[in-house]
Amino acid sequence: MVTSPPRVVVVTGVSRPLGARVAARLAADPRIERVVGLDPHEPPPALQADLAEVELIRADARAAVGAFIDLGAEAVVHMAVSSAPDAQRGGRQAMKEQNVIGTMQLLAAAQATPHLRKLVVRSSTAAYGASFRDPAVFTEDTEPRAVPRGSFARDILDIEGYVRGFRRRRPDVPATVLRFAPFIGSAAHTTLTRLFAQPFVPTVFGRDARLQFVHVDDALEVLHRSVIEDHPGTFNVAGAGVLALSQAVRRAGRVALPLPEGTFSAVLGMARSLGIGQIGLDQVDLFVHGRVVDTTRLVNEFGFAPRTTAEAFDDFIAAHANGSSLTAARLEAAEKAILDGIRRVRATAADEKASVGGDAP
Amino acid sequence: MSQHEYRDMLPGHADFTLPKPATPARVNGRRPIPEVPQMNGHADEPPPEPTKPDEQAGPIDVWDQRVAAGLAFLRRRLAGTYAVDDFGFDPELTDAVFHPLLRVLYHDWFRTEVFGIEHVPADGGGLVVGNHSGTLALDALMLSVAIRDQHPAERHLRLLGADLVFRVPFMSELARKSGATVACNPDAERLMSSGQLVGVFPEGFKGIGKRFADRYKLQRFGRGGFVSAALRTGTPIVPVAIVGAEEIYPILADIKPLARLLGVPYFPVTPTFPWLGPLGLVPLPSKWLIQFCPPIPTAHLTDHADDPMVVYNLADQVRETIQATLLELLEKRPDPFGL
Repeated sequence: MVTSPPRVVVVTGVSRPLGARVAARLAADPRIERVVGLDPHEPPPALQADLAEVELIRADARAAVGAFIDLGAEAVVHMAVSSAPDAQRGGRQAMKEQNVIGTMQLLAAAQATPHLRKLVVRSSTAAYGASFRDPAVFTEDTEPRAVPRGSFARDILDIEGYVRGFRRRRPDVPATVLRFAPFIGSAAHTTLTRLFAQPFVPTVFGRDARLQFVHVDDALEVLHRSVIEDHPGTFNVAGAGVLALSQAVRRAGRVALPLPEGTFSAVLGMARSLGIGQIGLDQVDLFVHGRVVDTTRLVNEFGFAPRTTAEAFDDFIAAHANGSSLTAARLEAAEKAILDGIRRVRATAADEKASVGGDAP
Repeated sequence: MSQHEYRDMLPGHADFTLPKPATPARVNGRRPIPEVPQMNGHADEPPPEPTKPDEQAGPIDVWDQRVAAGLAFLRRRLAGTYAVDDFGFDPELTDAVFHPLLRVLYHDWFRTEVFGIEHVPADGGGLVVGNHSGTLALDALMLSVAIRDQHPAERHLRLLGADLVFRVPFMSELARKSGATVACNPDAERLMSSGQLVGVFPEGFKGIGKRFADRYKLQRFGRGGFVSAALRTGTPIVPVAIVGAEEIYPILADIKPLARLLGVPYFPVTPTFPWLGPLGLVPLPSKWLIQFCPPIPTAHLTDHADDPMVVYNLADQVRETIQATLLELLEKRPDPFGL
């Protein structure tokens, strides 16, 4: 079913790069008349250029009820879901406030908006939790085995719970939940990309998680399509294929630093308290258990296949080449040098043998 | 004649026949094997001229090729340019590292013989169901080597393992890289519907942890989850009987409190373990026979995947087939440690 695109779209979370890029992309679409960005924070100057075409309302989700009705919002794209606590914005407390309470208020407002025709919510594959008993590949119907340890994963479960409630109360509004794999790409800046950008990547000793990524540009394409077209339901959004963590580290030309699981958590916790990184239990669980999802439903419904995990990762490596030490070119040179060396030594040995044999009577 | 074919011709093989004179094909770099069997001191045919290497290309330098191939392999591994499937299976690593190591056990230690390999489907999905024994799941590994080496299509067996395997660091990654995954219906069905050959041991820990006195007595088959997975995907079930694994680590006693303390299903006491320490981990060199049975088609039963009666009966049929085949094989092998 393809209906006319919504005329007024409200995008939340435009002070973050992904929200801003979604808003900019929708604003550039001539089929959409008005794109309004809703965010309690002022977008950083770097994103101002993107948001030139977007009307901004500086308010949090509590103000959404009035805003949605005043604007006559026809579609709401909820991007104000943050995956890691931001020390400058109040840490974990504020993250939970924004993710859980913010979503609750936003969905309440959306429910009260009479002209609403579409709801798109950013979710994550963290919704599947992490456990060694899990099936290797998650489909959209897989239930998590236990409440995950990671704060982001728990928030995601709460958010999806609120969306289920919204679907029950407003069955006339098609709600799209997009479970994104970790973002990657030349322009992506997430906890994981920061981890892979360093020369040494900490990994968990004795574990080699299977990772999947989605390219940011493909994520934007899927978001755009779910606003313009009608795709109700929950979809996994990830690049096909898998990279093992060790393989990803090698492809990036980085050096893996395997730490025992306990030490890994402790080191990351120390880094977190020093404000160096924001790597939480979510990342620990990802690095221990890995996470692979089935994207058949997305490909069939949207008629669009994101580029593969390996391609998306290659794009990321190309943009972050300066931290790599073991590049493919250097390895190839080393291989050639060793091979030539061995050949030379063997040739000399053969010559000597021949000359010795010749001297013998 | 390859070393493996030659080995099969030696007396001690259950199907031993006098070797026929074979046309020799000299493989460069092979250990010299008697090309023409010199029975009773005379050959049937004069040995033919050894084939000369191509004059233009010069003599092929085997060692140079080996070194180059080895370095290229190392470079590919270090650069990460290899493919891993959704389950974490790394075919290159499995073929280049795991299987050559297991092959030593398979050929030289256990002298494994395989019968009925033609019953394993050459393409498409298949569910290989075997009896489990041997304290450590070596039988699963030997089965995957058998199918990889003996089957004309050189298929990889995708094993389904207990969650304990995937809880332990290192072991979990070795298992995943060699193609195994957690024994659960979603994974089994995904593998089978994508045309893979899946190996499962429904006895689980009840099978490998049983006492030596109970050897070759099949244990309970659980709820028959493997049957419903096969029914749902219409995959043929190939029962397989493995003889030999029971004798590698004969369990004389099981120290239950110690097992509970360590969080493992059993703590075995064998003639060598734990008395000899790590030396007790060396398996006894029993003679192994592996017999594949004719496949049981399930495509016509796809609608009955949730019918407990159908599932139970089919599981029972598989169990009976394996048990009967085990007894047959045991008669073929009177001495567990014979050649």
